Amino acid sequence: MYLDNIDRKLLNLVQENFPLVPEPYRKLGGIIGMGEGEVLARLKRLQDKGVIRHLGAIFDSRKLGYSGTLCAMHVEPDRVDEVAALINSFPGVTHNYLREHRFNMWFTILAGSRAELSEILSLIREKTGIKEIMELPAEEVFKIKVNFDTETSTVSIEGYIEC
Amino acid sequence: MLTEQDRQIIRILQNGMPLVSRPFQTIAEKLKMTEDELIDKIRNFIDNGQIRRFGATVRHFDLGFVANAMVVWDVPEEKVSETGRIMAGFKEVTHCYRRPRRPGWPYNLFTVVHGQSREYCDEIAKRLSQATGITNYSLIFSAVELKKSSMRYFELGKKAKSGDQGLYQVG
Repeated sequence: MYLDNIDRKLLNLVQENFPLVPEPYRKLGGIIGMGEGEVLARLKRLQDKGVIRHLGAIFDSRKLGYSGTLCAMHVEPDRVDEVAALINSFPGVTHNYLREHRFNMWFTILAGSRAELSEILSLIREKTGIKEIMELPAEEVFKIKVNFDTETSTVSIEGYIEC
Repeated sequence: MLTEQDRQIIRILQNGMPLVSRPFQTIAEKLKMTEDELIDKIRNFIDNGQIRRFGATVRHFDLGFVANAMVVWDVPEEKVSETGRIMAGFKEVTHCYRRPRRPGWPYNLFTVVHGQSREYCDEIAKRLSQATGITNYSLIFSAVELKKSSMRYFELGKKAKSGDQGLYQVG
């Protein structure tokens, strides 16, 4: 969809600094120089068009007590759809990508505890018959926050691989 | 530790901010708290790191970044922290993590890079290599996005271990 300069300015602003005040949209409007009504209308349009995926709190799963890991496995090409459907059926699987490598299926899982995480992985092994799943939990995070400048080139990528 | 009230707040907050004049008030009513109490709670969550960021998540399609590559690096253990910090300093690097090595998998540092083309991702990887002196690395491009969804925390009555039913309930 076409984004005009005001959309981009608004996106830029709202990515990082959603005002924690009783009337946040009025405050945003004050910064950009427009009324609350127009801010709400533009945000609604950006949400409806799918440009804004989420507006509000982005949680740190670990700080909420969740355990997670990145997983990689080799899936035969003719089984990709079936295996992906099974893996994706778990609500804790938040991302799944097919990648160009012998390990071609890469997915992230979040679960309320380590035990539950192990249980889900066992179920995936059992139901797919694929025993070799590489578990690659993050041991140290050097960077995760992503905000590109929407006024110049645009973008934000969040939680791309969160585990 | 999170209290039951904290969990209740998180359950509602994860639905996002309503587009109404006083969104905190709207949410606070559902939680039977005052607007001020809710805003204070949110500030506490941010201070404690439970909320990583409060703002919009923007989709990146249509915005000029078509290629993304996972670049994985084989880094001597004693150099991982330093190397990770250097790579994280590049604006093209959106994620940078240390992960364990596995049999047949020598790579212990993972970066995700975004660019306008594969060639550009290659170029970024070369620059990262030159900046850190790490030469054993591999670019793994994504072919298809099979699932992308937001985690739902503390949902009651929903089985986390489905697998049987709802086979196609993709994000």
